[in-house]
Order: sequence, then C-alpha cells, then structure tokens
Amino acid sequence: MARLPLPDDALIDRYGPHRNDAPPDGWQAVEVFDRQVKTHCCFCGQQCGIILNVADDKVVGFEPRYDFPFNEGKLCPKGVKRYLQDNHPDRLLDPLVRTDAGFAPTTWDDALDRTVGELRRIQAAHGPDAVAVYGGASLTTEKAYLLGKLARLGLGTRHIDYNGRLCMVSAGVGYKKAFGVDRAPNPWSDIRETDVVFVIGANVAECAPITTSYIWRARDHGAKLIVADPRVTPIARTADMFLGLRPGTDSALLSAMLHHVVARGMVDHDFVAAHTEGFEAAIEAVEQQTPTWAAAITGVPAARIEEAAEMWGSAATGMLLHARGLEHQSKGVVNVSAAINLALASGRIGKPGCGPNMITGQGNGQGGREHGQKCDQLPGGRNLADPQHRAEVSAVWGCDPDDLPAPGYSAYEIMEAIERGEIKGLLSICFNPLISLPDTARTRAALEKLEHFTVIDFFLSESARHADVVLAGSLHEEDEGVVASAEGRVVKINAAVPPPGNARSDTEIIVDIGRRLGAERYFPFETNREVFEELRRASAGGVVDYAGISWERLEAEDGIFWPCPSEDHPGTPRLFEDLTFPTPSGRARFVPTPWRPPAEETDHDYPTWFTTGRVVSQYLSGEQTRRIGKLVDQYPEPLCEIHPRFAEFLGVTSGDVVRVTSRRGSIELPARVTATIRPDTVFIPYHWGGRKAANQLTNPVLDPESKIPEYKVCAVRVERVRAGGPVTDERDVSVTTPSDGSGAADPPDATGARSTAEAAGSEQSPPDGGMSGDPGDASAPEEEPRA
Amino acid sequence: MTDESIFVIDHSRCIGCQACVQACEECGTHRGRSMIHLDEIDHGPSGTRQTAPTVCMHCTDPTCAEVCPADAIKQNEEGVVQSALKPRCIACSNCVIACPFGVPKMMSEIDLMMKCDLCLDRTSVGSKPMCASVCPSEALWYGTPDEFAASRSGPLGNGFVFGNQDVTTKVRVVLDETPGPLDVLSGRLAPPRWLDDPFGLEEAR
Repeated sequence: MARLPLPDDALIDRYGPHRNDAPPDGWQAVEVFDRQVKTHCCFCGQQCGIILNVADDKVVGFEPRYDFPFNEGKLCPKGVKRYLQDNHPDRLLDPLVRTDAGFAPTTWDDALDRTVGELRRIQAAHGPDAVAVYGGASLTTEKAYLLGKLARLGLGTRHIDYNGRLCMVSAGVGYKKAFGVDRAPNPWSDIRETDVVFVIGANVAECAPITTSYIWRARDHGAKLIVADPRVTPIARTADMFLGLRPGTDSALLSAMLHHVVARGMVDHDFVAAHTEGFEAAIEAVEQQTPTWAAAITGVPAARIEEAAEMWGSAATGMLLHARGLEHQSKGVVNVSAAINLALASGRIGKPGCGPNMITGQGNGQGGREHGQKCDQLPGGRNLADPQHRAEVSAVWGCDPDDLPAPGYSAYEIMEAIERGEIKGLLSICFNPLISLPDTARTRAALEKLEHFTVIDFFLSESARHADVVLAGSLHEEDEGVVASAEGRVVKINAAVPPPGNARSDTEIIVDIGRRLGAERYFPFETNREVFEELRRASAGGVVDYAGISWERLEAEDGIFWPCPSEDHPGTPRLFEDLTFPTPSGRARFVPTPWRPPAEETDHDYPTWFTTGRVVSQYLSGEQTRRIGKLVDQYPEPLCEIHPRFAEFLGVTSGDVVRVTSRRGSIELPARVTATIRPDTVFIPYHWGGRKAANQLTNPVLDPESKIPEYKVCAVRVERVRAGGPVTDERDVSVTTPSDGSGAADPPDATGARSTAEAAGSEQSPPDGGMSGDPGDASAPEEEPRA
Repeated sequence: MTDESIFVIDHSRCIGCQACVQACEECGTHRGRSMIHLDEIDHGPSGTRQTAPTVCMHCTDPTCAEVCPADAIKQNEEGVVQSALKPRCIACSNCVIACPFGVPKMMSEIDLMMKCDLCLDRTSVGSKPMCASVCPSEALWYGTPDEFAASRSGPLGNGFVFGNQDVTTKVRVVLDETPGPLDVLSGRLAPPRWLDDPFGLEEAR
C-alpha cells in the first residue's frame, strides 16, 4: 500500500528538504582540495562543462571549465551552487523499507528481495503488464538503456516510460514527422552566425541561460531578435520584436506568419521544390489563418505578426528556437510542425545559421530519449513496433524478438492505469510524479492505490515518501557515463566521489534487480563502460548511431555529435547538410497545421488563462535545488505573477495572498505584480510540492500524438484572500545595510502603501487587454537600500 | 595596453539570473559573501524592468578612499580598489554613502566595509574574475581589448558624469552609439518601441 507511513511533516523533519548552505568545512578563505574532476553540470540540457573540486572524497567546490567549447566557463546560478548537493544532510545512505513507524534502514538483500518478490508476485497474479517502470532524462544514457532492457527482458512488461514524456516528446514527434530524426539539427555555434533569431515558447534566460550568450553574439553582428511568449521574459527585454501571445495559441501565430511569408513572396521555392514535400497542403491549411485572424486568437496585433514574419522572411539566414512553451500543449506537435513549416518555407535547414531547433530541457533530455526507456522505442532510436528493428536489437541482446513486449503506455497513461487498478506495481527512478505530473490530487490518489512501489533515489522525494522500498542510489557526481546535450553532442560524465554510506550506483542497482529477476544473462555488466560498449553495438545502424563513439574519443574531442557510425567518423554537428533526410522519400516534410484551440478555454467561471514554467534558480521538481540554500534564497517559494491591471481589478498588491482555482484544484500563494505578463493570464512556477504545487491546477489532457500533458494552458479563477507580508524579493538578498540611520533608504517595508481595499465589483470581467489602468507602481520591487 | 585584460559590463545583456551573485561568494577573498549588486531599473513606460549588475568600477580617483576618515581603503598598483583594511576600518559607512556607483557593502556583523576587489586571488594569477567567468549572457566580461573587438560590439566607455562629479573608471561599460561620457542622470534610454506597450493593449487590432 503506497500510502504515507507518516504525515508529510514528520517525513520532512527527517528527510527534508533541508538546506545545505555551505561547503563541508564552511566558507574557508582558501579552498583546499586534493583533486579536480572535469565533468558537466547536472542541471539542464545544455550540459555545461564544470570542474568539481574534491577533498577527502567530498565535493567541496567548483572551478569554471574554460576549455569546454560550449560554455567556456559560463554557468548559471544552479551550476555555480550544484556542488552543494553533495555532503547533504538529507542524502539517503541506506536502502529503506516502510514500516508503521516510518522508513527503516535495511540490508540491500532485504530491500531488493522485497522489490523483486513483490513485483513478481503482482505479475504472477495479474500478468506481466501489471507492473510498470518509470525512468528519467537526468539519468546517464547507460542507465536509460539499462532501464529499457530491464523492463523488456527483466520484467517482461510493456509499460516503461520516462519523465521526458513531460518534456521533449512533442518536439520529438514533430521533428520525426518532418525530418525522420529526433534531434536539434544545428550545433549551437550556428546561433552566433545567424541573421535573425526567433525564440518562441522558450524562456531562454531562465531555462537555458548559457544560450543567451549565443543569441547576444548573433546580435553583435546585427542579427534581429524576435521573441514570442505570454511573458516578457528576460531575453525579450531588448528584442527587436515581441509577440506577447495568449497561452495555447502558438500554432495560430506561426501559421499566420507562414501565411504572410507566402503572401509577401518570401518562400524559397527552389529549396521547397527540390528537397521537401507536402508544401501545398501546408499552405492550404494556413490559407484562412491570416494575421488579422490570428490577432483575434493570439491577442497580438496583426501589424506585429506581419512585421515579425517579414523580419524572419527577409533575412538571409535564421534560427528558430523553441521549447516547452510551444510543446506543453494538447497540440504540442501541431505547434512544432508550424514552427518547422515556417523554417522550411524559408529554406532554413542544413546550412550554417539556419534551422528550427528545440531547446532540450533535462540534463540528458536528448540522450535519455534515444536508447530505449520510451514506451515505444528500442536502442538507436529504433521503433519497438517495427519487426526489423526488433530483430536488430534482439540480435545484440541475444534474445528472441518475440521475447520483446509490444509498446506500452506513456508516462501519464501509466498513472491513469494505476488509477484504474490495471497497473499495481511500480519501479521508479529519476521521476517525481507528485510534482511533475498534472493534476496533483489525482496523482496522489493513484499512487496510494499501488500494491507495491519501489523508488531508486538519492533524496526522499515527495513521490518516494509513498514508496514501500527506497533504494539509495547515486548522485550525478557519484557515477560515470555519457549524456547527449541539447546540441546532440554526446559528452562524458565523470565520477568525482563514490556514493556515501551504503548507497550504491544506480547502474549496480538496476543490474542487481535484473539478475534477481532471473535475467542474469542479459545483465552481465560490472561497469558502466561495459554497458556503454553494448549500447554502442545496439545503436549501430539505427538513426541514433553511437557505433563510432568511445569514452576516450569523447574526452579527447570535447564530445561527439551523433550520428557517428564508425571510429573514423568525425560526428555530425549539423544535420542534413546534403539536404537529404532520413524520411521514406528522402525529402523534408511539411505537415499541415489546422487551428485547434486549447483543450480548456476560459469561461464565466474560470475567466483567466493560466500557464506554468520554471525559474532560473530551480531545476524541474526541485528535489535537488530545493535543498541548496542559496538557490532557495533566490526564489524561496512560488509566486503568482499578475499584471498590474489585473491586480488593480482584484485589489491585490505584491505579497498579498491570492487563491487560484481551476477545475482540478486550488492553490493559495503570494502575488507578484509585474507588468511582464499578459493582463488576462497568470503564471506560477511548478518546482514545489504539496500545497505549493502549481500542478494542482494543470489540465491532464494529452497531445494525441506525443502524449505530452497540457501544462502551459488552462482556465482558472483568481481571488484575493488576504494581505500578506512583503513579498520576498529574490534579488540582491545579501546586502547588509548601515544601521546608523545615516541617510540610507528606508527598509523594505517602505515599498509603498499597500492597498487593503477589496476588489470592487467581483461581477466585473477581468481585464481583457482593452481595460485602461495605470500599470505603475504596484509592481515596485522591494529595492534593497543603496546608499 | 592591448595585452592587459579589461573588465566590461554591458547592462543591456543582463538577464537577472544571479549567476554572478552566486559566483561572487566563491571568490577567495570573501568566500560566502557576495559583493555584487543586482538591481532592477525602470525600462520604459510599460512598467517592465531591466536587471543591472554592479561590480566595483575601480575608479581612477576612488571616492570611497577619498572620503574615508581612517585611510582604510587602498588602491593597488594595477588600480584595483580593495576592501577596507580590517585594522583601520571604523565602520562609519562614509564610503558606502559616497560611492557614486553604490558599491561598498558594510558588513555590520564584522564592522568592516567589503567590496569587489576584481577577484585579486584569480586575476593576480592570470585567471578571470568569478562573475565574468560564469556570466551566461556575457553582461559581465573579462578579456583583452583585442578579444573584445573580435567577438563583441558596441563602444566602450569609462567616463561618467554624476551631476557635478566626473568619474573615470578602470572597468568599462558598453555604451550606446552616442559619443561622450555616460550622463548617468540624464535618463537617456532607447528601448525598442514595442516595449512601450508589450501586449499591444493600446494598439488597434
């Protein structure tokens, strides 16, 4: 029974999240270390190089890694403070089993026997598919590969999927439809060379911060910047054009831009005729999607749509960058296709400075989706439903192709099957569904129905609190392997320290489970290197071909871009340079993008749009970053972003507590009044759990093709609850002010007279864009006093 | 001259991520304490804001040192202005009040003014300051003028007018194309025109 063994508060007392505020020996003036380990940051798909400083098998600090070409020493605040996740008081040091009095440490034999015994018992009683596996895209590629093999040949279940289902799958489907391959087509160095950068649905500054430097370098030589987002994100502040669209209307904006590019005769007809197919159908689909039509749908003035289209269409080269804003929708794939169509119509692919590109989110968001932990996939980017692909992988694995199960459920569908009672046992690693899945209440109820739940983790995550068995696994810096970055560059992760206490490497744990399941012959591995060598062979001949990649080459060549089919192959930084594509016809494909509204739209009861996203100091479900004190200080708790006009209507000033309610649930949190968000939309970042979980509100409707949930748009109602204390200002928090009263500014509580007036006339409609109002001082930040 | 590395700030590139603030704490001369100020400033009539990092500008004639009654603030041979000398600092905050850029921080728990010293522990051995190493947007940048010219754009300035006070600094800032020193109090600003109304609220549909 996967219910909490103790109340949340008691579990938090024992297992955190607690803060780690300082290196192991405190803030010594001179940092002492006995070795330095070149590796990469764990906190996003850019995979910045970093050097970890190690003393006595503890990570004590870091040094910028100037020699790694992607980031040349640059790091975001998460990268700077990532070393503080090591030596953490919350670190799990033993395998745990649930008891009536909470979790109790046990032996590895006992823990693994329970896991394997329970999963086998459930399968014996209810069939092999009554057990599911959850993986994650922050795992190394070796682990992702092993997990797929464990599900198919160890457990024999159809149902394995991963948290990349909540991240990259809309882009993956869209790129496979258009190009036959799921990878960003360009190395990031192409961004620097381009003439126009179009960023849509990507908060680059906070979610892929280093990419900012590439965009700014493009602008140094005169490139234009277009940003489309419901919020004026930091990267938009100086953009040449900002398209402040309504959440969930991206395809209308992109289709209207394509319409206008066609109308202005800016299509590269030679390229389209020679190297693509489906152009006419795609143009027909956007024939009625004029800029004027799109203005009504998106809320962006038609003239701006036209100007942006001309900016894009008239440039010699262009890079279109998109991320989850575009993809986290029930039409995520349609949105991606609309972006690709715009790029293809302009001939922007396979050339320097040209391409549509997804910005992969998770640490191994690219590599984690290549080699078999997706529900429909086998290593090498192969298709589990394809008899030829099944035969190829079976030959490497030494199994009968008929031993491989059919494709199973996607990540959210697995949770729905748990809710129905169809799936009764779950093995999960690198996945925190209680925070990351939409509709938190439903996820919690489903988890509580599990007959058995084993979690492999390094901290006791919110989801792991529900586990029957918790297997203490390894942190990023405690194991080695490869990951693939957002560019498709495979890089080597190096272990800096061993797992502490009785914790073990994830790889050892997965292999051990495989052996105990009776699949010894499929899990002969003693090291990650052995896993990688098999992965290379299993990928050979696939679209995602790693056959020529060795760990030694990765170190010597600062990573290798796949495909790399042989040891003398240099890798492939830019795809499609010969303008042939791994599609049946060899041509790139336009995909029609008829308009489809979001699954849930605003109405009388829920009149405001809601969208979610990230902040720069937190990573995904926050399991790691909510434990690093300095990152917590930077943005301590979720705030609800509200435009000054809407705030005035609600009678809310920054810091007041508001209640945001959707058809799924409700959340109370402080308001942050800011002019950078649309007046008809509110935003809450999603990194927190329990009563602070933004996903209490989100809509669990899935894209029919990618099965990604619609995190980025639903309808809510916003109400003022009460006055709050001053909202925590996440900026410049450490300034110490003079206390002698010698002319320093007033302390933060002078931020202004807070209006306690209740909103007048709750029957009124909320702002719709035409409302007048002063977007003024309600959003004044609490500036730290400066002399 | 061209071999000597310079510190450059381009405020327009700042994304407010605080990597500099977090990294400053890792600098050996003040580990655990960040010396960087990150401010939000008005960015046009729409009410949106621009973030702006401030490190010590290392003035040629440092106001902080001039106003120090205890002669506690010293400039080294390279023109780097350092934190107050612990034996001398009387924690009067004169420097905090007088600095035209608002740089010095009074650490009241130890009665000492501390400030950015251009990461002397790093720059003195040929490495780059922490903040300029990590800055994801290159709003803070460190390198030679030749390297700047090869990879970046915009005129560099190190002259400032604060009302009646002219200040020359070791640290450069990237200016807009208008010649002459930066008149800090002029409010001169040329934001993109959409910024007056980011969501087209007043624009006819």
